[in-house]
Amino acid sequence: MPVSEQRLLDSREYQGIQQVLGPLIMVENIHNVGYNELVEIRCPDGSERLGMVIEANEGAAVVQVFEGTSGLSLPDTAVCFRGAPLRLSVSREMLGRVFDGLGRPIDGGPVPIAEDRWDVNGQPVNPTARQYPTRFIQTGISAIDGMNTLVRGQKLPVFSGSGLPHNKVTAQIVRQAKIVGEDVSFAIVFAAMGVKHDVARYFIRNFEETGVLENVVLFLSLADAPSVVRLITPRTALTMAEYLAFRENMHVLVILTDMTNYCEALREVSTVRGEIPSRKSYPGYLYSDLASLYERAGLVADSTGSITQVPILTMPNDDISHPVPDLTGYITEGQIVLERELFQRGIYPPIAGLPSLSRLMKDGIGPGMTRDDHAHIASQLFAAYARVKDVRALASVIGEEELTPLDHHYLKFGEAFERDFLSQRDDEDRSIEQTLDLGWKVVSILPREELHRVSEEEISKFYGK
Amino acid sequence: MYGVIGQVSRVLGPVVHARGVKNARMLELVEVGEHRLIGEIMRLSGDNIIIQVYEDTTGVAPGAPVYGSGMPLSVELGPGLIGSIYDGVQRPLEEIRKLTGQFIPRGVQAASLQRDVAWPFSPCVEAGERVSPGQVIGTVPETARILHRILVPPGVSGTVRSVVKEGTYPVESVVCVVRTPAGDEKLTLIQRWPVRRARPIASRMHSTIPLITGQRVIDTLFPIPKGGTVAVPGGFGTGKTMVEHQVAKWSDADVVVYIGCGERGNEMTDVLNDFPKLVDPRTNRPLMERTVLIANTSNMPVAAREASIYTGITIAEYYRDQGYHVAVMADSTSRWAEALRELSGRMEEMPAEEGFPAYLATRLAEFYERAGLVETLSGETGSVTIVGAVSPPGGDFSEPVTQHTKRFIRAFWALDRDLANARHYPAISWLDSYSEYTEDLSGWWKQNGDPEWGDLRNEILELLQREARLQQVVKLVGADVLPDSQRLILEVCTLFKNTFLQQSAFDRIDMYATVQKQVKMLRIIVTFYRLGMKAIQEGATLIKLRRLKVIPDIARMKFRISNDEIEKLDAIQERLEREMRRLGEIYASF
Repeated sequence: MPVSEQRLLDSREYQGIQQVLGPLIMVENIHNVGYNELVEIRCPDGSERLGMVIEANEGAAVVQVFEGTSGLSLPDTAVCFRGAPLRLSVSREMLGRVFDGLGRPIDGGPVPIAEDRWDVNGQPVNPTARQYPTRFIQTGISAIDGMNTLVRGQKLPVFSGSGLPHNKVTAQIVRQAKIVGEDVSFAIVFAAMGVKHDVARYFIRNFEETGVLENVVLFLSLADAPSVVRLITPRTALTMAEYLAFRENMHVLVILTDMTNYCEALREVSTVRGEIPSRKSYPGYLYSDLASLYERAGLVADSTGSITQVPILTMPNDDISHPVPDLTGYITEGQIVLERELFQRGIYPPIAGLPSLSRLMKDGIGPGMTRDDHAHIASQLFAAYARVKDVRALASVIGEEELTPLDHHYLKFGEAFERDFLSQRDDEDRSIEQTLDLGWKVVSILPREELHRVSEEEISKFYGK
Repeated sequence: MYGVIGQVSRVLGPVVHARGVKNARMLELVEVGEHRLIGEIMRLSGDNIIIQVYEDTTGVAPGAPVYGSGMPLSVELGPGLIGSIYDGVQRPLEEIRKLTGQFIPRGVQAASLQRDVAWPFSPCVEAGERVSPGQVIGTVPETARILHRILVPPGVSGTVRSVVKEGTYPVESVVCVVRTPAGDEKLTLIQRWPVRRARPIASRMHSTIPLITGQRVIDTLFPIPKGGTVAVPGGFGTGKTMVEHQVAKWSDADVVVYIGCGERGNEMTDVLNDFPKLVDPRTNRPLMERTVLIANTSNMPVAAREASIYTGITIAEYYRDQGYHVAVMADSTSRWAEALRELSGRMEEMPAEEGFPAYLATRLAEFYERAGLVETLSGETGSVTIVGAVSPPGGDFSEPVTQHTKRFIRAFWALDRDLANARHYPAISWLDSYSEYTEDLSGWWKQNGDPEWGDLRNEILELLQREARLQQVVKLVGADVLPDSQRLILEVCTLFKNTFLQQSAFDRIDMYATVQKQVKMLRIIVTFYRLGMKAIQEGATLIKLRRLKVIPDIARMKFRISNDEIEKLDAIQERLEREMRRLGEIYASF
């Protein structure tokens, strides 16, 4: 990316602000302040904070303060406009380090020497420069590899609920993810927005235990940090990821957790500004805003690196039609949905069979990539499991005894599918062959004639074997 | 032509206010700031204007100059459109990539139609001839299948003063001079047209010819005509984009304009990878030779997303005026409506439902009314068909965009979450979808498909309705208690859903079904029902019917029998009738 040709005006400093409104401050009697410009705010106690211009008027500006406005006073606060948007210093040296949401080190180490400074807002990738993702990532988790295959360069979120083991599932993906037949490890960029310290520690310990910590860059703005800094955290993280992927040609896995907290911070700022609310008071531009994050994934021509995104979000009240999961699902290339019912029954990973989806699966599986029967057996599992749900609903009305023999087969299949195929230990790394064979094993509970989605050749080769 | 007309006074994301403006026109194209970001004037009030800017406004400061152009936002129309990929304001993305690499920086400019390419032009008017708007003055073979007709632009009529000889010319060279009452008009291979205004036509016509898409559930159950309008609503993951892609690939339109409006970047890449490789079954030419792509993905500027729909439809109208049948895929109109909402909010307009502006319905109506089968100014027949995807939040069809869209379209392909979850694709619900065009089109189908088409179709639709009611009973008491005559309905509908309605987009044989294949498959399944019902009334059991030897062949006919071996379907039909007859004979002997 060329260094932005942003005009480099001298910084302009002003004493005193006119209004404080939640996380926003109003500054008047100023000149030539640009939209999205970086602002340094010197507090009465001498400490410094960062902010961004979100509305530029003649002689006045509205500034969003990332670290919150507590302790600011009107006459004693100084603001300095930097004449350029927030840029992140990027370098390979940042691997293995921990930063705050604005990219400042918080692990006690020195400030890394910057190779370059990149605008955190990024630039849209030219659609003609994108490469279509097709390389299968083996996560070792049957529910994902077999039925919702992840490919390199995909954005595949985990839709979860409070109390569900999304962190455990994600950590397992991070530990086990690999490209079969390739000896390249992933660099990991981890951004935490508003999650608890325990969660951050859980991931860090996990990275340590697997010995990948020197390949991880962490950006943490935890639950006790001011909410507005969550708005910039994913942007700094993705800028880092873009640098590693498209400049240093590395394969990067980005974990963003928790996107619901990000959206809430967005709503908070929007409400304070008095914008016209849309669904559930989220701003009307939530879709565009989320897209400006999720679309920063993929593969581009002229560089061999890639960005694979696994955002995590908790669905308020487990409601998948809530604006946050809903709009996310419209942008990302599928979703891994965790289901409370499976979790309560002790099934790990509790990945819901039917609502989970990988849109890029079709191009990442099959001959030469996984196995020839992959698409068909996956489709068969989906169809049969959908039938299981119907049969269970029927059984709860008329009782299991009244079911037809065929329906009983489906019940048995459903049970086996959940216990043998879905379930696995959190350190169990299944190869794709194991996963597909398991799929055939559970499908073989059903009579042959019931298998409409697989070919006769496949049936004779795999059925009941 | 760009002079300073005012100064920026306020910047609010993509909405920029300016003051001290003189001589500005509503919807005039302007450029803002030193990066010369392009925008459009959305409101005039005294010497203040409000501009919507098509690029990221980071760094734009009050006091920056605003340059006026004196003309509205327009697109360039001429040879070279086909096979190109543009952003929402018709900037050529391939060219931009050559200039700036992987990313799209701000303020980058490139000509929409390449200036240095010379096109072979053959004139078809002579000096002294009278010409009127829409008349063809010459032709350019744009691709192997599209003969680009160079038209006299609307508003120009007079006598040809001179015309160039047959030869190759770049797009900007003058090929014809027309003497008009207002002076000489120099015509090049390019003309410009403001995107927000529909191009003029002679008259609208009633369409009775279907747009054949090769998708069975669409063509047979919910058909649309050339010049029709249809909405495809569905929650995320229900396959809207797949439906749009399938129609773009296999429909019998001459030209396809695919508008990726606020959707995923990778989907456009998929189209860019796929279309040049796929071959049109009718002309044996790559699909890219009839396709124009507009890609304004979700992370590209929101104001340009608002414009992308208009850019696309204007290009479509231009090919319609040349006498072609054009299909416009708009994926997704909800993202366009959201862009409208975002801009309206930033302009501090009073919101109506769910924050959408009150003029949402009017804008939707204007857009869909640009579809239609028409007689062009030169007396040819052309059409624009619109297939608009709708992405209702939470999959709830009662939201404003779906509801308003329903008022202006005449066919509705509702995508169903449960079908998608069971991986039944295309997940077009047979209970919620409709087509008001069926009556108009049944004549064509009777003539070119099956004389009994209307009856067969009605019969299967009625069975599907009855099946839905029966399923409610089955949910309460199980299927076992139903008599065989009712279980036959369940059986036939399952067969119909699995073999006819489900259609694989990836299977070489199944991805596209000709009219003949569709009507024959339909007849086989209806025959199974008719004769099966008769057999059951005569005393046969459902088990016997299920065990007919022909059943597995019926179940797999869509994968086994390709479009050029239709006679095999006749053989299946005969076998079915024969086996049923034999079954009848057994029971008749009792």
